[in-house]
Amino acid sequence: MFLETIPDTSGYMIAGYVIAFVTMGIYVASMYIRSRNLKQDLSTLESMDNEHKSKAKRK
Amino acid sequence: MQSKPLALTILDVVSIIVLAISAYLALFFAPTEAVMGQVQRVFYFHVGTAWVGLLGFLFAAITGIVYLVTKDLKWDRVEVAAVEVSLVFFFITIVLGSIWARPAWNTWWTWDPRLTTAAITELIYIAYFMLRQSIEDPERRARFGAVYTLLGGISAPITFMVIRLFRTIHPVVIGNQSAAAQGGFDMTSDMKVAFFFALFTFTVIFVDLFWHRIRLGDLQDKVEQLRLKVSM
Repeated sequence: MFLETIPDTSGYMIAGYVIAFVTMGIYVASMYIRSRNLKQDLSTLESMDNEHKSKAKRK
Repeated sequence: MQSKPLALTILDVVSIIVLAISAYLALFFAPTEAVMGQVQRVFYFHVGTAWVGLLGFLFAAITGIVYLVTKDLKWDRVEVAAVEVSLVFFFITIVLGSIWARPAWNTWWTWDPRLTTAAITELIYIAYFMLRQSIEDPERRARFGAVYTLLGGISAPITFMVIRLFRTIHPVVIGNQSAAAQGGFDMTSDMKVAFFFALFTFTVIFVDLFWHRIRLGDLQDKVEQLRLKVSM
């Protein structure tokens, strides 16, 4: 018995590409969120550090 | 943190463009494989992500050696970046392989030598982050991490070579495959264009994400140092 038609496996192909793009998207988003949070932390810490310095100067 | 370099912005744009071209080549340009049908198209991203994943794990091992020699924590941050980005790409490789296997082998997963070594490699590097989480001292964490990536790096060439050395159902598209391999195919010239462009694409994307991740590590380090300074 010969295989006469190409099997329809397009659903698997779509699932594969969706997962690949979604995974890459989640990773890029996670890096963006982590970077944004760290920048917020950095500005808070820098202002705290400046306060410490100005207090030390006054003393 | 320094402002984003122009070269990195250009690399971001290039990454998006080459990814779009690669998706077009894989989904529309390359011909449909006669036996497996459309699912064969996942092969281009499967191999592309595997290429950068395994290369990244090897690179992490090299940076581990450089850290052990120099004791410079900068190399520890490079190592973490290489492992993290590779882990993401290798996860995509495994998932795409599993999706391809369902219609090709009639199963989502089988404990074939290639699939087993790939799963072990992924687990080794997940454990790498668990190990790092458990160590507080940065220098000790970096030292343990470096030795770990050095040992873990052995899994990358083993995973690459296993289908060429053992009897396995995983096909080898370039080179001689095992007699037991199922789902192999000969690439046409258009398939080769899509294939090699996918390798190039994922190399570019890897470099881009790797650079971003190194910068994130530098920022983390800066925040940690400032936190220590403020708490004193």
